[in-house]
Amino acid sequence: MPETQNPIVEMRGIAKRYGGVQALQHVDLDIYLGEIHALVGDNAAGKSTLIKILSGAVAKDEGSIGFEGRPVSIAQPRDAKHLGIETVYQDLALADNLDVPANVFLGREMTRSGLLGFILNNREMETRSRSLLSRLKINIPDIRQRVRSMSGGQRQSIAIARCVCFNARVVILDEPTAALGVEETRKVYALVREMRDQGLAVLLISHNLNHVFENCDRITVLKTGRLVGSRRVEETSQDEILRMIVSGVAEERSARPRPADRASAGAGAA
Amino acid sequence: MSTQLAIPARLARLPADRAFVVVSRVVGLLLIVVALSLLSPYFLTWGNFVNVLRQAALQFLLSAGLTLVILTAGIDLSVGAVLGLSACISAALISEGYLAIGVAAALVSGLACGLVNGVLVTLGRIPPFIATYGMLWIAFGLGYVFMRGEVIYGLPEGFRFIGAGFVWGIPVPVLVAAALLVVLHLMLHKTVLGRSIYAIGGNPDAARLSGMPVTRRLIMVYGLSGLLSGFAALVVIARINAADSGVGEDLLLPAIAAVCLGGTSLFGGVGGVAGTAVGALILALIVNGMNLLGVQTFWQNAVMGAIILISVLADQLGGARLVRPQ
Repeated sequence: MPETQNPIVEMRGIAKRYGGVQALQHVDLDIYLGEIHALVGDNAAGKSTLIKILSGAVAKDEGSIGFEGRPVSIAQPRDAKHLGIETVYQDLALADNLDVPANVFLGREMTRSGLLGFILNNREMETRSRSLLSRLKINIPDIRQRVRSMSGGQRQSIAIARCVCFNARVVILDEPTAALGVEETRKVYALVREMRDQGLAVLLISHNLNHVFENCDRITVLKTGRLVGSRRVEETSQDEILRMIVSGVAEERSARPRPADRASAGAGAA
Repeated sequence: MSTQLAIPARLARLPADRAFVVVSRVVGLLLIVVALSLLSPYFLTWGNFVNVLRQAALQFLLSAGLTLVILTAGIDLSVGAVLGLSACISAALISEGYLAIGVAAALVSGLACGLVNGVLVTLGRIPPFIATYGMLWIAFGLGYVFMRGEVIYGLPEGFRFIGAGFVWGIPVPVLVAAALLVVLHLMLHKTVLGRSIYAIGGNPDAARLSGMPVTRRLIMVYGLSGLLSGFAALVVIARINAADSGVGEDLLLPAIAAVCLGGTSLFGGVGGVAGTAVGALILALIVNGMNLLGVQTFWQNAVMGAIILISVLADQLGGARLVRPQ
């Protein structure tokens, strides 16, 4: 299972400095296919900087990134996309004035072949968008409507779905449910789990530990730019993660096993 | 029969605020035509009809490129001045007998100004308003330097055909504008460049993060606006058979007016060249009507400004209210 396979992404010794602020120092992160990996921590922990480095939106100062076992250079968003690393940005994902197919294929529009390569193939994009949405069980009655008229959950689902359309291996989500209500949040996480079950690696930032424990497989805690530790969900508890977030210190688990953790971990997974 | 049914069906598909724009412009156009038919016996003559159409066509030629820029949430204040500069350079060459070179010079000078605008806006990170405002003065200045206050008069008959000629009783500029309308409309809705224009106008960050080459596409759009200004310059000098450094001076504000009246949002991402064609027609009809009714020039300007404000206000209050995110 995930423990036996090699990570698809290996980030090693990542550091980033903004002027006098050390946003990240020597952070390691492994991401596995078929897992939902949550990145948690207080404000200014460096979560956003870390995902931006992986998605190519921010350049790292130090460190290396491995993808499928080989070292890669991710200098701009385009590089990440070529590797199959797709990012859904908070509020920045969609062009409100365009319909669903136009948004799904934004930046990589399908065209006619050969000399007519500058002409859009709108019919094909519509067909593919329809099958994509039904494959991911996203319900949008009229996909030719502008996305401005759609609900927050529908818009977030479209933004997430468009990653899947392009052979993404790794999907990065920056607080995917921050602006959503209870029911919409549930639907978006159902979509995220659906993607995991289809074999993708998902890396997401969340501030809600309940959501994290209900939906994720692995949790990495950051504090003030440093890596505190990584845990598989079934091996930890909300209490332990919370202590890691607050104290910034990982507990030596193998040396001193805590029965209380085991008990509440079982409760958290249920 | 099928087309008669297809039009309401397409209208029903539109979001309510866009449907409001379309319906209000068509109704406005009809009201103006009916009112002027009743008020002036000269309005419904063939000669006047041709006159209005030609005026609208010339207006559209200049406003079309501007529409593309405004759709990207930018603005090109230099369209009139660039037209003037291109007109002077090409008129000088054409009147000396260098027809092909003169035509090419108009297009190249227009394109060059537009590309500079595009580079300033993207790579130079200057707001479009400022970049193209600077270009406005540069193009005016170069026009004066080039002409030294002289007026070029008398262009070859063959060249004048594109501005003053007729085909089947229809002025050539009208046919040219109609062809340009079709080409640009297809470009906006059927090509990758057109999709980029709407995406950049709707959400430039999303466009950039999606991997769209936003810088290159924006430079193309500003270049296209300059190129079309140069093209319009050819039609204008062919029509008036002359050029001086002031030829583009009063063209900017009506060009913006036609875009606004056509329902293209100055915030970008919404509208199109078909709307601008209707806007140009409304503008030409209002000017024509006021001339026929003997309204003083000063009043004409004030009335024009009021009409533009009312149309935009109606879109804001009437149209936008119909659409709210759920």
